[in-house]
Amino acid sequence: MPTQIDEKTLSQMSTLAALPVEPSQEQQTLAALNEVLDLVAMLESVDVDGVLPLAHPLERYQQLSADAVTEHVDREALSRNAPDFEAGLYFVPKVIE
Amino acid sequence: MNIPTGWQVDIGLEIHAQLSTEAKIFSGASTTFGNAPNSQACAIDLGMPGVLPKVNAAAYEKAVRFGLGVSGTINRESRFDRKNYFYPDLPKGYQITQMDLPIVVGGHVTISNEDGTQKVIHITRAHLEEDAGKSIHDFKPTQTGVDLNRAGTPLLEIVSEPDLKNASEAVAYAKAIHHLLTYLDVCDGNMAEGSLRFDANISVRRVDAEALGVRSEIKNLNSFRFLEQAIHYEIERQIDTLSAGGVLAQDTRLFDPEKLETRAMRSKETATDYRYFPEPDLLPVKIDESFIDRIKASMPELSGTRASRFETSLGLPTADAQLLAGDRSLGDYFEQLATLSGQPRLAANWVKGDILSRLREQDLNISECPVSPEAMAELLGLTVENVVSGKTAKAVFAALWEGDAISASTYVKEHGLEQVSDTSAIEPLVTELLREHPKQADDLKAGKSKLMGFFVGKVMQATSGTANPQQVNEILRAKLGL
Repeated sequence: MPTQIDEKTLSQMSTLAALPVEPSQEQQTLAALNEVLDLVAMLESVDVDGVLPLAHPLERYQQLSADAVTEHVDREALSRNAPDFEAGLYFVPKVIE
Repeated sequence: MNIPTGWQVDIGLEIHAQLSTEAKIFSGASTTFGNAPNSQACAIDLGMPGVLPKVNAAAYEKAVRFGLGVSGTINRESRFDRKNYFYPDLPKGYQITQMDLPIVVGGHVTISNEDGTQKVIHITRAHLEEDAGKSIHDFKPTQTGVDLNRAGTPLLEIVSEPDLKNASEAVAYAKAIHHLLTYLDVCDGNMAEGSLRFDANISVRRVDAEALGVRSEIKNLNSFRFLEQAIHYEIERQIDTLSAGGVLAQDTRLFDPEKLETRAMRSKETATDYRYFPEPDLLPVKIDESFIDRIKASMPELSGTRASRFETSLGLPTADAQLLAGDRSLGDYFEQLATLSGQPRLAANWVKGDILSRLREQDLNISECPVSPEAMAELLGLTVENVVSGKTAKAVFAALWEGDAISASTYVKEHGLEQVSDTSAIEPLVTELLREHPKQADDLKAGKSKLMGFFVGKVMQATSGTANPQQVNEILRAKLGL
């Protein structure tokens, strides 16, 4: 049985996911997440001894492509999606590690 | 720096090598360095909705080349995973990397320590992943600019075991990997352009402690010197803390090359949870034996093997063999010259002597050497056949280098530099010299053998270096009855 998610774990998860959870929505979010864990608990009851882990649902392999430059970048067109683009650079609020 | 008595150090390196491919690992955008910002970031590199990555075969080939070069295991089936984190230089919000099934597992390289001893350093794994973009912090005071040209450049992350016991071993290992990557044409090795970057995991423990100490990871060191300085500082910091009764916390640190210190960036508690999971947009990659065989066939002889061959079949001294085999192009040049001239030892002396010193003087590499192996072989032939003396050969070499000579033999002919081996031309000179310097002649006769050099020197001077010194020697001995 997986551990249940509590308020502390929820707060840590919201920090890591960079998704703030409003205090009014906390209980509802907790319940929803714990329901997911219940589903995981159900999956854990399945006997998977001797079954290889699944890497991909399609039983096929990736085709490798030739090492050739095929994309010719239209920078101005691509930058139209960006809220702040200047001198060839995408601008975001200051980040310094 | 010596490790203080009573302590031992364990260092493991993670080396990020940019693979020298034309296109990116998951898109068809160019990897050329230094172009206008974002001119090489396509929709896939920008993480636009609805795009799908593809996998560049050359990235796989280069990773396999490296794996074979370190005698590692090549996983016939490998897979990509998502490593999730938020940073503006990673527009998708995740990096595609290999977590569970990397392309290369295990392997080793041998390093030479300063005292001449050798040590095997084990490689844990090497996996493929994509590079991130670059953040530009000094363009605007309140904003960060992002250039995504580098995003998606193929990287091979090479992880070592904590086998390294001090900074000089770590640097020797980093240099060995750098050498191998460039030798195998896996990475261009250009440190100034960031083609190779190091993360160092460092911990210290008492000599009798069995478990590894608490480690710090120093991120993003981009030169051998910074790697060495950062390790020195970190060893001292950790030992000082523990000696003073303090406790170390596992953390990630940055090195400040100006202050020569490391500073904590984030602690274990605030470490990002990367939430790895299999990359749903890419299928697992299966490579078959023919893929590996094809790469094996295209691999150059590794420098260690080549050095042994130079030693055993060409009869070179160990140091010469290692020097010449250490650089692939230099080894090729030497081998061509040795074959063409049929004189491996003479060829080795010329390459490691006059050729290398001139190349160094002019900051050239061997591929830019103005004298071809063919032209050199002709010159070597002239010295072996005693057509020119050693001294003249050096002058002819200089002329070939400067472009003043079309070929060694024409230059020698045009300038009348053929060695005078004609006894009738040398004999009168010797007779005259003996008459001019009767005292020296008597002393030489009486056993002052050093004076032989005096007379030979005089003859060489009189013939502008074209006399055969061996022959001058013989004539002198005959005349003086020695």
